[in-house]
Amino acid sequence: MRTVRVGPVSTRVDVASLVGSSVAWALTLVVGAVSLTVGDYRIPLPVVLDTLAGHGTLILNDIIVNNRLPRVLVGIGVGTAFAVSGAIFQRLARNPLVSPDLIGVNAGAALAAVLMITVFGSGWIPAGALAGSLLSAIAVYVLAYRGGVSGYRLVLVGIGVTAIISSATAYLLTLADIYAAKSASQWLAGSLAGRTWSHAWVIGGALVVLLPAALASARQLRLLELGDDLARTLAGRVELSRALLIAIGVALAAMATAVAGPVAFVALVAPQLARRLVRERVAGLLAAGALGALLVVASDLVAREIFAPTALPVGVITAFLGAPYLLVLMARANRIGRGG
Amino acid sequence: MSELRADTLTLAYDGRVVVHELSVLIPRGQITVIVGANASGKSTLLRGLARLLKPHSGTVYLDDTNLATLSGATLATRLGMLPQQPVAPDGITVSDLVGRGRHPYQKWFRQWTPADEQAVHQALQATGTADLADRPLDELSGGQRQRVWLSLALAQDAQTMLLDEPTTFLDLAHQLEILDLVRTLNRSHRKTIVLVLHDLNLAARYADHLIALKSGHIAATGTPTQVITPTTVHSVFNLPAQIIPDPQTNTPLVIPIPRD
Repeated sequence: MRTVRVGPVSTRVDVASLVGSSVAWALTLVVGAVSLTVGDYRIPLPVVLDTLAGHGTLILNDIIVNNRLPRVLVGIGVGTAFAVSGAIFQRLARNPLVSPDLIGVNAGAALAAVLMITVFGSGWIPAGALAGSLLSAIAVYVLAYRGGVSGYRLVLVGIGVTAIISSATAYLLTLADIYAAKSASQWLAGSLAGRTWSHAWVIGGALVVLLPAALASARQLRLLELGDDLARTLAGRVELSRALLIAIGVALAAMATAVAGPVAFVALVAPQLARRLVRERVAGLLAAGALGALLVVASDLVAREIFAPTALPVGVITAFLGAPYLLVLMARANRIGRGG
Repeated sequence: MSELRADTLTLAYDGRVVVHELSVLIPRGQITVIVGANASGKSTLLRGLARLLKPHSGTVYLDDTNLATLSGATLATRLGMLPQQPVAPDGITVSDLVGRGRHPYQKWFRQWTPADEQAVHQALQATGTADLADRPLDELSGGQRQRVWLSLALAQDAQTMLLDEPTTFLDLAHQLEILDLVRTLNRSHRKTIVLVLHDLNLAARYADHLIALKSGHIAATGTPTQVITPTTVHSVFNLPAQIIPDPQTNTPLVIPIPRD
């Protein structure tokens, strides 16, 4: 911990966490730049950088700036949003196995998206997914509310609501024709394919609003993770700050799901990776965000480079990388008899 | 004179009344110990005094101000409370944890002043945990961990400290270590301290003032010698006992009479 003071402004910075996240952000940029070279036409890195600097031909500009760059930016954006959301929920619930998908965000988005694909047409997917995830998260919060919301209650109610919504989604899929079902299942896996500047602007705008809000609320988060009694002893009321943190976490995950679908395991794994990175300390939100961005961008690169020409959705790879890690985490948590 | 006081305080969980119209005085600058059988309302009373539980009826006063009218931040600088089994995030270091006790003095733009630094340093010194500052809490022993939690309460720098069974799960030597530390905080830092304790003999040893609860009512209150009598012990704990002076401290010592 180092103290930073500028006039009346002061804060404490965990040096290990700062170095760790800077390295992760730098790696994300490197992987992102490499991603820009990969595709139907392989373009050398110097040419890519030259084009980004504005010296490319019209065609190069079209391929890199209009086609490949938004995909990478969307990857960075949704990775950051999912991971910060996951870190907020894991710390609020004091449980490393909690993520926004557990409290209905993904299930609501999925139901709405499938509804859009089968009934209204795919143009409405992002808006529908956003509405679906917000509605189901609100339902979970309201059902879990009993003079306040405890972490466990929120998770248990979330699992229940998720189960109901998921069976509705499964029912809709059985009714759909084969093409709609295929496009729905692709969306449900979480994908960056065909993402454009409009998607990038949406997730970028969401982060510009929500990320500072999350960082400003980190102070309340540091209290809430000490349990309600201590938090109330040190700050008076806690329900408002908890509701605000839940709202920020839900909004981040909902916006990310709206633009890229429910990319699996990023929210769950990134905060845990960040904790290991900063040597078993409490995961900072920015460190988690950096790891989330890196995970998604790297997974997308793997999906396109190794499995080409099959267009494998990025969510398949993040699950492929994330699920084994989850198993290791759970085995370890069982062994030491605590939450990991 | 008195600084923390409850006036006909009734406390309830979901309509189930646990503490009935109870009036107590917590003498300033003393160690008050609340004793009583399981489920007699000890912890509930402590939570009521700390405003963690809203009174069903009645009022708690801090220096003659109704506790309910104080802002959260004001109350936090005057009254600290350590729950029975506080929880901390995995992997948190001692200094990070204790630093969170400074929350009432901080703003989002002013998160770490020299005064905060000083308070945390002094709290760690006072509890003998300064050399553990950079260690993760998970790696410490039960006794060390409890001293760290006391540091957090101390860093909060409130005149009155409420501690809910701070000796739970500790062996006898470590129980004494914690209670000696509590007494030091009381004597040298002039803290008003309210403790919930299970062990009657330790309560008699360390209390200046005792409150014995039975089913949410006050059974007896006063000095240990006044409260710990065969009659009270029998009525509060349903335990026939002989009371002799502790050979070391001259405080009352409870010797349970075997039931054969």
